[in-house]
This record gives sequence, C-alpha cells and structure tokens, in this order.
Amino acid sequence: MANNIIPVFVIIPLGAAFVVSLIGKRIKKSADVLGVLATLGLFIASIASVLKTAEAGMLIYKVGVWMPPIGITMVMDSLTAFMLLTVNLVAFLIALYSVDYMERFTSKWNFYTLFLLMLAGMNGVIITGDIFNLFVFLEIASVASYALVAFGTEREELEAAFKYMVMGTVGSFFILLGIALIYGYTSTLNMADIAGVLLDKGMGRIMFFVSVLFIMGFGLKAALVPFHAWLPDAHPSAPAPISAMLSGVLIKSLGVYAIARIFYNVIGMNREFSNILMFLGALSMVAGVFLAIGQFDLKRLLAYHSISQIGYVVLGIGLATPLGILGGLFHLFNHSIFKSLLFLNSGAVEYAAETRDLNKMGGLNERMPVTGGTSLFASMAISGIPPFNGFFSKLIIIFAAVQADRPVYAFWAALASVITLASFMKVQKFAFFGKLGDGLKRVKEAPLFMKAAMVVLAFICLFGGLLLQPAISKKFLSPSVEALTTGTDYGNNVFRSAGK
Amino acid sequence: MSVYFLCLILFAVGMYGVLRKRNLIKIIIGIMIAEYAVNLFFVLVGYRMEGRSPIFSPGQDVFNMVDPLPQALVLTAIVIGLAVTALLAAIAIRIYEKYGTFDVTKIRKLHG
Repeated sequence: MANNIIPVFVIIPLGAAFVVSLIGKRIKKSADVLGVLATLGLFIASIASVLKTAEAGMLIYKVGVWMPPIGITMVMDSLTAFMLLTVNLVAFLIALYSVDYMERFTSKWNFYTLFLLMLAGMNGVIITGDIFNLFVFLEIASVASYALVAFGTEREELEAAFKYMVMGTVGSFFILLGIALIYGYTSTLNMADIAGVLLDKGMGRIMFFVSVLFIMGFGLKAALVPFHAWLPDAHPSAPAPISAMLSGVLIKSLGVYAIARIFYNVIGMNREFSNILMFLGALSMVAGVFLAIGQFDLKRLLAYHSISQIGYVVLGIGLATPLGILGGLFHLFNHSIFKSLLFLNSGAVEYAAETRDLNKMGGLNERMPVTGGTSLFASMAISGIPPFNGFFSKLIIIFAAVQADRPVYAFWAALASVITLASFMKVQKFAFFGKLGDGLKRVKEAPLFMKAAMVVLAFICLFGGLLLQPAISKKFLSPSVEALTTGTDYGNNVFRSAGK
Repeated sequence: MSVYFLCLILFAVGMYGVLRKRNLIKIIIGIMIAEYAVNLFFVLVGYRMEGRSPIFSPGQDVFNMVDPLPQALVLTAIVIGLAVTALLAAIAIRIYEKYGTFDVTKIRKLHG
C-alpha cells in the first residue's frame, strides 16, 4: 500500500518523544541517538513521499478506514510532500547539531522530547486533511515551542516565553472561533468537504469574517507584521537549535502553509484575500528589515530578518499567479535553509565566544573558519547574491510582481533586499572580519557535529538554485505550485483519490 | 440570539483581562475566561432549541438531537487549554522566583 507512509510522519516523532522521555534520563546518549535516528528516518520518508507524489499524484490515508467526509483523513499531495521534505531536512540537521550544542544545558532528554513533539505537531499540521485535526496539531507544536523558548529558565527566556504564550494562545482562540463558525456554516470539518460545500452554498458573509479570523490567527503564528511582536523576543531567547527550528520551519508550517492551504484549497482565493495577503507581506518585508538593521544582538537581528523574509514568502503566495506562488514556495524552502544556518552559526559563536553582542565580536574568521565561511554563504544567500539560492527566489518574486502588474510591490521587494544586504554586511564586518576582538584569543572552532550540520546547510544554499532545473523542478516545485493553483478542485481530487 | 451576545461579552471580558491587567495571574485568568467563551460558542453552534441529549438507543428515532460533534471537539479543546494553562502557571511561578513580582510593568528586560 502506497499510502501507508502517511501516518509515519506523525507516529515516528510521537513515538520517539515518548521513548526518549522514558529512557533518556537513565541511559546515557540514548536521547541523542534516538533523536538523530528518528529525524533521519523522517527525512528518508519525506524523500520517498516526494518521489511517490510526483508519480502517483494525491495519496489519502483514512484513519480508522472511515470514508471521508466522516472520518479523519490524512492527505498527501505534492505541496504536502514539499513541506514535509523542507521541515524534516532542517529538523534532521538541527538534531545532528544539537548533539554537541545541547551539552551546555542539563536535562538534554527533555530537550529532545519537546523537540520531537514539536516536530510531530508540525508534520501533523502539514499532513492532515481535517480542519479540527489541524488545530490540535497546531496546538501540540505551539505548546512544545512555548516550553522550548523557556528552556534556559533565565529571566529573558521566561519573560519571552510568557509573552509568546499569551499571544500564541490568543491567536489560537481566533483559529478555533473560525473553525466553530465554519462548522456552523458547512456542518463538516473535512477540508475537502468544506471546499465542496462552499462551492455549492456560496461564500456568504460569514465566510469573510472567518477569513479575517484565520488571517489573524495564522498570521500571528507566521509573525506577519501587525502580529509580529512576540517573534523578536521569543526566537532569540530559545537555545540556538530551537531558534533555527522556530524561524526556519515552525512559522512556515503553522503559519504560511496553513494560510496557503486554507485560502487556496478550502475557501478559495479571490481578489480581496490576495490584496490583503500581498499588503501584509510587503509590510512585513519592509518593516522587518528596517527594524533589523539597527540591532546589535546577533540573534535578535536574525529574528527580525525572519519577519522580513516571511514577508517575501507571503507576498509571493499572495500574488496568486503561478509564477508568484513558485517564487513564494521556493523562497520558503530557501529561507528555511539559510535562516536555520544563520541561527546555527550564531549558536556556534555563542558556544565558543559566549556572546551574542556584535560589538564584542570581531575577527572570528581567524579562529572559527568553518563557522565564518558558512555564515558568509548564508549571508550572501539571504541578501540575494547570485549564484546562491536566495537570489533566484527573490528574482522570481520580483518578476512575478511586475508581471502581475504590481510594480510597487516589486520595488519594495528590491529595496528590502538591498537593506538586507547592508545589514548582513554589518554582521560580517562586526563578527567575522577585521581584527580579532579582545578576549577572543582562546576561542575554538565548534565541535564536529555542529560543523557537519552547518557545512551541509551551506552546500544546500550554494546549490539550491539547481532546484529550478526543469528535470528536478518537474518533481519537486512545479507540482506543489499546481497543488495550490488547482484551487477548490482540491475537494474533488481528495474524494476521487479516496474512492480509489 | 442573546446567548451568542452573552458569549461575546464573556470573550470581551477575557480579552480585557489579557490586555489591561498587570498581574500575571490575572492575565492567565483572562486567557482562561476567553477560552471558555470560545468553547461555549462552539457548543452553542451545535445546540438546538428544545433538543434532547444525543444518546442513541434502540427504538428511538434520530430526531431533534443536539449535535454531539462540537461537544466532542470542545472536550479536546478543553484538554489543550488545560495544558496551556498549566504551562502558563508554571512559567509565571518561575518568573516570580526570578523577579520577585507578578507585575508585568516591572518585568521588562526585553523590549520587542
């Protein structure tokens, strides 16, 4: 059975989290081994799922063999496979990195338990075909991330975690309220069925209210600009691998993916939503980058850049043209790679030099060549310098904006890109180039696993542009774009595949 | 109609607590009130005037029952809410240990 691979994405991390929490304290190293093996298994499974969906189209797993719309379905189409590969690739490399990095903290097994729970939640959000199920997985991932932000239990961490929790919980209320209203209007919770009922019944005024609730709720999870205030506190406060995970994939799978799936495939995209998303995207893009450039705390600077880059993704997806969606999704993939890499670099610097303040660094290239080199790669990728992956995705988004007759947004995208370049030149100058700072004489390069994870990510940054090659794109990117452009036909496709 | 309106008021009371109160514990209580309002609303969506409880037994026809599905969903949502509240309270206690106060205006190491 081809579709038996689908529940694996939730079972493996949940099971591994359970086992780690049981035996992690007693058996030394078991947490490391299990964490890395589980994420490696997920990574392999996600590659298999990309190949499978490229060949077979949509796969459905019916939980408890109930036919949709009655039971819960798990739907794997090409967009799902794309997101799963992104999430699990980053998660695997971060688990590898954590083996060495988390030695700084006590209770490493707790870290792996929460990490795997968060991964289970994210995979669940991506893979589910039921809107209430989506909410449950979203909460699993969120609660695990709240706890992970507070993991250091120092003053800043606790304060940031509290703030993040309050805002995240309120965001979840809006999502739940939206789900309640959708259920009241359509009498179903299956996303495919909702799409069908809405087509028959028409949009109705209530659906606009629901859409606004979803934009607020998922926009808060994605840290779009009016709802972004938690991110610059929460992401830097977490341990570096978790910052990488939060900025790299959590805000995308809980926020952007959910917005894209619901607005394209369930509610149906129209001009108003497209305008709202584009405006929020452009606003985040510009506001994030202007807030970022003044920062001197390395991780805080990176966190503001996450807001800005998410703006690019949302702008691309909001354009609602195939080229725009392609650019948005490709930038989503690229951003998860280079932003994770940058956070891992900042973690390596913190590990070796015990500081996050750019003023206290300098000349680290001399002492930490691998960290310095990989961060140079990532900085060039995020600022959009050819031939790195970020260049291609930003170029596509800008082209798409011009093509869709939105030159103003294209201009803002180009401007934000220039300022991004400026702020990363600042990072490179203060941290890695120049004279070796005082008190950094005895700084050593990061340990092996940390280096390995960073080098792999840097290579993906360099060769990421190759994903646009027609031969690879045919299997990976273009089917995902198609999954969104089919719009509310998604419902019919799900029922057809379920009947098979 | 008036039940929905009361539900909205309950939600507004909760949000007022979250937005205006300075004490961490009061903020947590505000969150709980808002959560109950959303849960209540979800149950009301499946409610039917003069309906009976959705227990099916042989010899009865399925008629005029309230919708049981939202009740099952709300049960799940309550469990999630419990987890969130417990974590919030745990973090609030830790904050009290570090700062010696529950007042949010005095807990400002960050400014985001």
